[in-house]
Amino acid sequence: MNAILIVHNTASYLVTTVWTPVFVAIFALIVAYALWPRNKAAFDEAAKMPLRED
Amino acid sequence: MSQPLIQPSRAKSMTIGESGLALVFTVTAFLCVIASAKAVDRPFAFHAALAAAASVASVFVILNRYFDRPATLPPQEINGRPNYNLGPIKFGAAIAMFWGIAGFLVGLIIAAQLAWPELNFEPWLSFGRLRPLHTSAVIFAFGGNVLIATSFYVVQKTCRVRLAGELAPWFVVLGYNFFILVAGSGYLLGVTQSKEYAEPEWYADLWLTIVWVVYLLVFLGTVIRRKEPHIFVANWFYLAFIVTIAVLHLVNNPALPVSVFGSKSYIAWGGVQDAMFQWWYGHNAVGFFLTAGFLAIMYYFIPKRAERPIYSYRLSIIHFWSLIFLYIWAGPHHLHYTALPDWTQTLGMTFSVMLWMPSWGGMINGLMTLSGAWDKLRTDPVLRMLVVSVAFYGMSTFEGPMMSIKVVNSLSHYTDWTIGHVHSGALGWVGFVSFGALYCLVPWLWDRRLYSLKLVNWHFWVSTLGIVLYISAMWVSGILQGLMWRAYTSLGFLEYSFIETVEAMHPFYVIRAAGGALFLIGSLIMAYNLWMTVRAGEVEVSSPVALQPAQ
Repeated sequence: MNAILIVHNTASYLVTTVWTPVFVAIFALIVAYALWPRNKAAFDEAAKMPLRED
Repeated sequence: MSQPLIQPSRAKSMTIGESGLALVFTVTAFLCVIASAKAVDRPFAFHAALAAAASVASVFVILNRYFDRPATLPPQEINGRPNYNLGPIKFGAAIAMFWGIAGFLVGLIIAAQLAWPELNFEPWLSFGRLRPLHTSAVIFAFGGNVLIATSFYVVQKTCRVRLAGELAPWFVVLGYNFFILVAGSGYLLGVTQSKEYAEPEWYADLWLTIVWVVYLLVFLGTVIRRKEPHIFVANWFYLAFIVTIAVLHLVNNPALPVSVFGSKSYIAWGGVQDAMFQWWYGHNAVGFFLTAGFLAIMYYFIPKRAERPIYSYRLSIIHFWSLIFLYIWAGPHHLHYTALPDWTQTLGMTFSVMLWMPSWGGMINGLMTLSGAWDKLRTDPVLRMLVVSVAFYGMSTFEGPMMSIKVVNSLSHYTDWTIGHVHSGALGWVGFVSFGALYCLVPWLWDRRLYSLKLVNWHFWVSTLGIVLYISAMWVSGILQGLMWRAYTSLGFLEYSFIETVEAMHPFYVIRAAGGALFLIGSLIMAYNLWMTVRAGEVEVSSPVALQPAQ
């Protein structure tokens, strides 16, 4: 039972403290990657992928 | 002595997959016969016998296929072009149509049962057994086969590589449909663990786990061997669908069977935890099965059909990741005003409301892909079906977050409003995007022209009318129901008895059944059209509508 409590307490500690900022940071990085001006050309190419015929 | 420079007449031998799978199915057949003989209840005996028969059939098919095939396996490429594996996709597309009609028909039957309760024929055809049959048939049998078929198609085309494995893709489609068969027949026989959208009992769950892991491996194996450096966004959505469904399925279903030879089991979770896991599962089945999977269809089939690139690929990336980050938290909105802690309810509500943004971002991305091609909506009913599905996606993903707000939910919960909401998403979004995808896919797979665009037009309008009847009847019925339940007299007594609220529903139940009938008729028109496409497609039959330029 003690082991479960330790896991539970650690999990709630992580969820209520570092988890949120870490997730927000990861998400911010993803948005930056998507909007980074240098990536635009590659993404414009990728947008045409369904239209390519082989 | 072998001479490698001359075309070798290679001795034919079984692959490890062929011999291994044949062996596994032989052993399984024996085990299932024993299980059937020792079964403690009749449905389990039936299912074990069914599994034994399916195993024997599998061994036969694997051996037959081996004897019929040439010594070498199909090449990865022919003349520098990928040798796409279309067989399992054809099967998936065809059986999706079959399950769709079956599921819509059962839906119509239970709609009629609600309007006219005399239509309950106990025990097998009672509402309680047919209702999960309907939901599983439309979501998992129809929707699931559409997703498996389209994912196998899209991943090959956008990675420019043949599907990984030879028997594995067949194992996925056939194994998945065997799961459907066991689950569906189980419901009719009274086998259920009573968790909504997770009704199948432990042995069906275990089988689905095996099938799903192979599905993941086939999909990943194809992506890993891709010739395109970039992984197209639709594949991200498919992958999220496959991975998340695996996790949801495993976490929601840990159960201990009463006997290994019986169908009954008890779930590991208890009380409010069980409820929370159930609706964490339930809402993410909506989020990752009915949304992410079908968004993959949107991101491939709409650009392809409209012959326009995706409006904003950047938006599609943000759309994907915000859905992934938000959806997983929305489940508790199914448990407002229950024993679930208040903060958890509020958390579920908050994340549901935040989902407005990615949902509408995605909808805008899908609709704006038609920029410069809007005229095609008038001439191409298939594209119109796809685009209207995205409009329904926008509508139901607006309605959903609104209903998750606690005060709104206090009116809408347990009423027909929920049923209306689900069906605007299921019929309008999932149904129409699947129909649009199948209308594209069947001619591509069989290399034919679609038999008749005029019939697609009929299908579109008949079904749209059906959806409008269905959802408006349920809105009126649901809000009426909610208001009647909370109406008090001046003395503080409840104004209506429960049975009076049931009586008030009757006309709307009749309208709903009429809407469902129209939707079923539409799908029959579609099945005829696709059947004729495959059968008579080589004869040049094209509706003049498609060839007319925009006026």
